[in-house]
Amino acid sequence: MVKDMKSDTIAAIATALSDSGIGIIRISGPDALEVADKVFQTKGGSHIFKSFQTHTIHYGYIADQGEIIDEVMISLMKEPRSYTKEDTVEISCHGGVLLMRRVLETVLKNGARLAEPGEFTKRAFLNGRIDLSKAEAVMDLIHSKNEFALKSSVKQLRGSVSDEIKSLRAAILYEIAFIESALDDPEHISTEGYPEKLSEIVDELLTRLKKLLDSADDGKMRKEGINTVIVGKPNAGKSSLLNILVGEEKAIVTDVAGTTRDILEESIRLHGIGLNIIDTAGIRRTDDVVEKIGVERARKYAQEADLILYVVDSSLPLDDSDRQIMDMISGKKTIILLNKTDLESVVTEESLKEAIGSGSEKMRMIRTSTKENKGIDEFEKAVSEMFFHGQLQTDDEVVITNMRHKEAIRNAYESLLMVKKSLEDQMPEDFYSIDLMNAYASLGYIIGEEVGEDLVNEIFSKFCMGK
Amino acid sequence: MAQIREKVDVCVVGAGHAGCEAALACARMGLETVMFTVSVDSIALMPCNPNVGGSSKGHLVREVDALGGEMGKNIDKTFIQSKMLNISKGPAVHSLRAQADKAEYSRSMRKVLENQDHLTIKQAEVCELMTEEIPDSCDGNGNLKKRVTGVKIFTGAVYEAKAVILCTGTYLKARCLCGEAITYTGPNGLQAANHLTDSLKELGVEMRRFKTGTPARMDKRSIDFSKMEEQFGDERVVPFSFSTNPEDVQIEQDSCWLTYTNEKTHEIIRENLNRSPIYAGIIEGTGPRYCPSIEDKVVKFADKERHQVFIEPEGRHTNEMYVGGMSSSLPEDVQLAMYRTVPGLENCKIVRNAYAIEYDCINARQLYPTLEFKNIEGLFSAGQFNGSSGYEEAAAQGILAGINAGLKCQGKEPIIIDRSEGYVGVLVDDLVTKDNFEPYRMMTSRAEYRLLLRQDNADQRLRRKGFLAGLISREQMDHLEEKERMIKEEVNRLKKTMIGASAEHQKFLEKYESEPLKTGTTLAELMCRPELSYETLAEIDPERKALPAEVIEQAEIEIKYQGYIERQQRQVDQCKKMEKKKIPENIDYDDVDSLRLEARQKLKQFRPVSVGQASRISGVSPADVSVLLVYLEHMGKFAN
Repeated sequence: MVKDMKSDTIAAIATALSDSGIGIIRISGPDALEVADKVFQTKGGSHIFKSFQTHTIHYGYIADQGEIIDEVMISLMKEPRSYTKEDTVEISCHGGVLLMRRVLETVLKNGARLAEPGEFTKRAFLNGRIDLSKAEAVMDLIHSKNEFALKSSVKQLRGSVSDEIKSLRAAILYEIAFIESALDDPEHISTEGYPEKLSEIVDELLTRLKKLLDSADDGKMRKEGINTVIVGKPNAGKSSLLNILVGEEKAIVTDVAGTTRDILEESIRLHGIGLNIIDTAGIRRTDDVVEKIGVERARKYAQEADLILYVVDSSLPLDDSDRQIMDMISGKKTIILLNKTDLESVVTEESLKEAIGSGSEKMRMIRTSTKENKGIDEFEKAVSEMFFHGQLQTDDEVVITNMRHKEAIRNAYESLLMVKKSLEDQMPEDFYSIDLMNAYASLGYIIGEEVGEDLVNEIFSKFCMGK
Repeated sequence: MAQIREKVDVCVVGAGHAGCEAALACARMGLETVMFTVSVDSIALMPCNPNVGGSSKGHLVREVDALGGEMGKNIDKTFIQSKMLNISKGPAVHSLRAQADKAEYSRSMRKVLENQDHLTIKQAEVCELMTEEIPDSCDGNGNLKKRVTGVKIFTGAVYEAKAVILCTGTYLKARCLCGEAITYTGPNGLQAANHLTDSLKELGVEMRRFKTGTPARMDKRSIDFSKMEEQFGDERVVPFSFSTNPEDVQIEQDSCWLTYTNEKTHEIIRENLNRSPIYAGIIEGTGPRYCPSIEDKVVKFADKERHQVFIEPEGRHTNEMYVGGMSSSLPEDVQLAMYRTVPGLENCKIVRNAYAIEYDCINARQLYPTLEFKNIEGLFSAGQFNGSSGYEEAAAQGILAGINAGLKCQGKEPIIIDRSEGYVGVLVDDLVTKDNFEPYRMMTSRAEYRLLLRQDNADQRLRRKGFLAGLISREQMDHLEEKERMIKEEVNRLKKTMIGASAEHQKFLEKYESEPLKTGTTLAELMCRPELSYETLAEIDPERKALPAEVIEQAEIEIKYQGYIERQQRQVDQCKKMEKKKIPENIDYDDVDSLRLEARQKLKQFRPVSVGQASRISGVSPADVSVLLVYLEHMGKFAN
């Protein structure tokens, strides 16, 4: 697998993914003009993109196999006078998340590849557009964006989807291993009658992949909502808070099984905003091994969370456990609930801010009493404000990740179609494994797994070979 | 006491399949070469199976030959049976395998070596490597790099050299196990080499321990062949070497025999597992999964009712027969009992027991893809010492190490063979770039560009490199260039020759149950149909000239598999760009902040030479590769 392909053509949505104004889809690379030519039509319906002058803007339509998707303005910048110093095309379409996605998908179907996080900037740098002194910043950008993409990629996948992908991969790998072991040890393993068998298997795999592709279209592959984690000391009122929130909504969507007793996950909607709420075990300094595991798990959830709800028992003084939590939430989007206002307060907003130190100014603080159901409205308002002010933007990443998944599934699907073609053309067995391997690698991309030594391991574990 | 002190160009330590190719390459490049062996009578010994070639290994032999090596020529002279494997499958996986007359193979190779100019054979155990520090150098760990200056042998004599190639096979601190019976010897009871490991460790070389094994040999007279299936060689034998005249290999061939283990065999093995040194935990070395002992097969594939057993002759002047598929380290009495359950072996007499052997070798990530040590200039290594297994794998590394040691002495640029150029390239890259936990064997599935790496085009892929090194003559190159010209011409002609939808053509197609033509097409298009071939198309191709078979073969493959071949070629072109981006030797990975911790550690361990190699190290993600690219650009350190 080539891990870095500087010279192919990439595309991505260049503007924020929100339902407003205009969205821009950027295409960059040697085939940018060709790709644009395939998807763009002027009013007369003709394809004359290549004849356009550089640095001009044109009016027309984006069409997918004849079907008009959107009315757009399209501009082109021929290399080297563009951001990436490559041929670049920018499609300005109407800014709706769904629409932008469809335009991008059309572009991807016609020869471009979805850009990796930070890839436009990387190309701009490698092609000498960005000052060398910015190298550090570029590296950090690539690093952080990829780390985030990787984390969110697996995180957003529904368990059932990731299980299905694993099962598809296992099935594909088995077939490759069979073919390869037969090639390697033809006197022990025969391929007689195998093409017929493989043909049936490929048909079944194609059906399953098609189903996945459809579910990707419906957005069923990913978990919806903002990942929210409740932290706090034992008895601070975390569970009461969750009960109130859930009780109000009266619709428990999931009750994730298999997680330990101390972690509970609920999906709720607050003013139309979806939240996945995870209630963690109470955090206190402890030497008890089991409790330590619980704390570690809470820390992990907190790291991955989009939003943290820190419940503080205002009737008790701050202690070591609180400091441990503050450490955990540092730099995260956090709402602090000063709970138990029905009791005498010993913790004030000021003392808490002081204890947290830098970053506390960004945290919202709300006085609540879960017992008397006070301050909850204010809390809900805070969440929706944060969301509508764009402080809780998870949508971009969710949509992009979903597209990345979808592109990978489509690649796998197309690779299997190639296997089918090889079978129909009666090509010898060794040709099948080339495209089977491509399908295997594409699917691995979704769950963040590389190919590595998988094949060799599978050959040795499933087939008895050797002298 | 006066000691002998000699000055040469290259010292080769070991005379197995790696050592032979390495020594010949250096001597043929005109360098004064000494080859050391603990036993001159064991030059080019085949201590395990009596085969040369096999799936993907046959490719390696072809490549060694294309580079100017000896293995292909030698087996062509000494084989007693030959088969092209996978002939019903695609051309990329066709692979030659020959049964060797072991003694003849060894004798014939010894003769070549003994008569090679500039080459001296010396029976002696090399005990110590001599080195000096290179001032103002840095080995990447903050130490000075070393340079090899020669070797010292057991008698104390010193051989000064500009380069040393270690091809010690399975001899370093070797230990053989046959059940409870343990001997501290190399293969076949030969003397082990017990000193060199310590010298290497002192120089900071990281050592490891691997194991392998071999089955028993039996007296032919005690075997009942009537209970076995006879296995013949091919009717028309294809030679390994591009220089061998195909008519010279059409010889009378010997047969092999196929029989099977059964439930009784497995029962005996299971009952005695506690007496197997592996299962009893006496063996510490890591064994290869691809040639499992019969104990392993029975344990790991418990549901298999029987395993194949191939009885193969060891040569024409011996009654010994090799029992392929039943290597073992079980005690002698268990071996005899288990072998005797196999049909045809009921009364077998064992000449040599099966045994397992443990030996010292290195983790090859300490080497450049030239097979030179990163931290010790002028020191090269090849074969099982590098953690591989197999005669062919050894020979392939041997010739590459030999060429590069020779080029080093001549002050020339080294030759690197990459993954898209040969199985040799895949083999070496895997050894130096991946974490290998067992003796490495070549497999066709390891070559991602295998449609390009066919055994039939090894000359086109690698002859030029052999020519550059000085191992291939101008005459041989002229022959290759003429062949390539003819292939190109014929492919073009086939692509241009139009075939109309005439009655004659439709009749021809009908005869081969091929779809009739609707419009005109080309000969090349028709050749892509599975039911048609170059040969059958002769009927409607009156302008065809008589061409050599090797030209026709290439033209046909190029046309029939064009789509697939082009696809792989595009992938190769992409990868080559990354291979060309060199990483400076003195790079400080701690200075690259944005690398993930795991990637940083791996990069520090492996110290890859190019971004391409870095990208293949497990634990280095695409984002890490991007970060590395940006960093290198920033440092302005691209060596090219």
